[in-house]
Amino acid sequence: MTRDIVRDSVTMRAGSIARARLIGDLIAYALIVLGAAIVTLPLVWMVTTALKQNYEVFLFPPRWVPETPMWSNFSYVFEIMPFGRFMLNTAIITQLNIIGDLLSCSIVAFAFARLKARGKNLMFLLVLSTMMLPFQVTMIPQFVLFRQLNWVDTFLPLVVPHFFANAYQVFLMRQFFLTIPKDLDEAAIIDGSNVLGVYWRIVMPLSGPIIVTVVIFSFLYHWNDFLAPLIYLNSEQNKTLALGLASILAYPAGGQGRWEILMAASTIALAPCIVLFFIGQKFFVQGIALTGLKG
Amino acid sequence: MNTILTPRPAPAGARHKGRFSGWERQQEIWFYALISPWIIGFLVFTLGPMIASAIFSLTQWDLLTPAQWVGLANFTEMAADPLFWNALRVTIVYALGSVSLTIVVAMLVALLLNRNIRGQQFFRVIYYLPFVVSGVAVAWMWRIMYNPEFGVINLALEFFGIQGPRWLASSAWALPSLIIMSVWGFGGNMVIFLAGLQGIPQHLYEAADIDGATGAAKFWHITLPLMTPAIFFALTTGLIGALQAFTTVYVMTSGGPGNATMVYGLYLYNNAFKFFKMGYASALAWVLFAIILIVTLLQFKLARQWVFYETEA
Repeated sequence: MTRDIVRDSVTMRAGSIARARLIGDLIAYALIVLGAAIVTLPLVWMVTTALKQNYEVFLFPPRWVPETPMWSNFSYVFEIMPFGRFMLNTAIITQLNIIGDLLSCSIVAFAFARLKARGKNLMFLLVLSTMMLPFQVTMIPQFVLFRQLNWVDTFLPLVVPHFFANAYQVFLMRQFFLTIPKDLDEAAIIDGSNVLGVYWRIVMPLSGPIIVTVVIFSFLYHWNDFLAPLIYLNSEQNKTLALGLASILAYPAGGQGRWEILMAASTIALAPCIVLFFIGQKFFVQGIALTGLKG
Repeated sequence: MNTILTPRPAPAGARHKGRFSGWERQQEIWFYALISPWIIGFLVFTLGPMIASAIFSLTQWDLLTPAQWVGLANFTEMAADPLFWNALRVTIVYALGSVSLTIVVAMLVALLLNRNIRGQQFFRVIYYLPFVVSGVAVAWMWRIMYNPEFGVINLALEFFGIQGPRWLASSAWALPSLIIMSVWGFGGNMVIFLAGLQGIPQHLYEAADIDGATGAAKFWHITLPLMTPAIFFALTTGLIGALQAFTTVYVMTSGGPGNATMVYGLYLYNNAFKFFKMGYASALAWVLFAIILIVTLLQFKLARQWVFYETEA
């Protein structure tokens, strides 16, 4: 009898634990869905506002879905300002920067991950320490330098520095390269390949995920970059998307109160970032998580 | 590292050894050749400008007329400049508020997601999304949401019978508004925390279960200590980033109302490129650098007391 009681209480306890676990999971699930809704709400609001007619923006209670979607708001953005030109400029700058970041960072990271040399650890420490350095410290002398070179109001000050590697992406790529077996290098060297051959034919082809990550991060950074273009670009035909968007209120028809136009312009600017994010998320969310842990 | 100074005993004869150390010397040459882009970039775009900036900070210079040597005058001016102290205060409040709230929210959501919930991958991506969208477009989006009369935030509060504040238009609420907005990007930290949580060995929890530990006890004694490296990473990178805040503030408030949101980065930019006080702005830049350096070193020093590193088994 005592055994029965013990058994009953054990099954009861197991049952109540399972029930508590289930209730906990349900509450957690509800919170997660609610949180996800709150997090995405601003972006959804941005897109629906972009499709509204002007009077609908100021309705109370607010109207979530516009009565008739005003797709013309998007084309109107291109009429009030040279938005197409801004997009093209941004695309050119971003593309050049992606090439610069990828080439320079992968070569430097390769050297740190695969080659033996005296002073390597010291150099790497120096690379990492530049991550602490705020852009504001070097911004003024860089401006003076590029002004001497007559590069102000050209894309050069925004592009050239990015062909000389940056600490963050060097670190990211080095961490990945370290995971590729080193035997492959030695085998290639014995077969008569040189160091560049190892970089190009062994390490890079095995580094798809990190290359995708670096490309996406470069894209997001340079597409949205604001401070550097603000300093260097001043003529209308050289402006980037971020600059144009920041000064949209200064354009005659883009003025105060035209929230639907403002949101249409913002949606256009963000759309490539969001699309690229969803295409590449599989690779880089995991990559970032791992780097954070090792760092 | 010292393989060339103290060569390993050759496994098979002198000829082989000669070739091997030749290869090591070759590697060294390749190493410095391949990192030369970074070295050149470092000298031209980092070290050189840092030295130049230090020299500029001792001058008065408007870019148009020749620079005047003023010694430490910029730094004494700074000490007496109420706007400098204001910018410092605003930036510190912003950085502490933004970083601590972001870490707490990121940890809570990571703990929820770590319950092996169905669709975990999907939610992880959704939560990460705000972290990757940034810049001017996002600033406009929030500026409109914060509108006191027609913004979606106050309309939602009104639905619950709450009279919302005037957000960006109020000098008391403008800075908290910017902090709340920055918490929206908590997904970056959350992804790192989630990966950290998934790396905690299950047997620790099983052992605690046998000892009859409660959920809270397990969190404080197992989860949190093992998460301190990830929290430390989030804290360090978060503070460095927050101390340099610029774009969102520029678009959303331009530092106003009054100077309630005049963050350091914006005050520095205004001095350099609006008032053309290059010397004073350079001095400001060096003080910012010194602050970031001190904060980071302090964090690394304090880290020894609270960050838990598993010794390699």
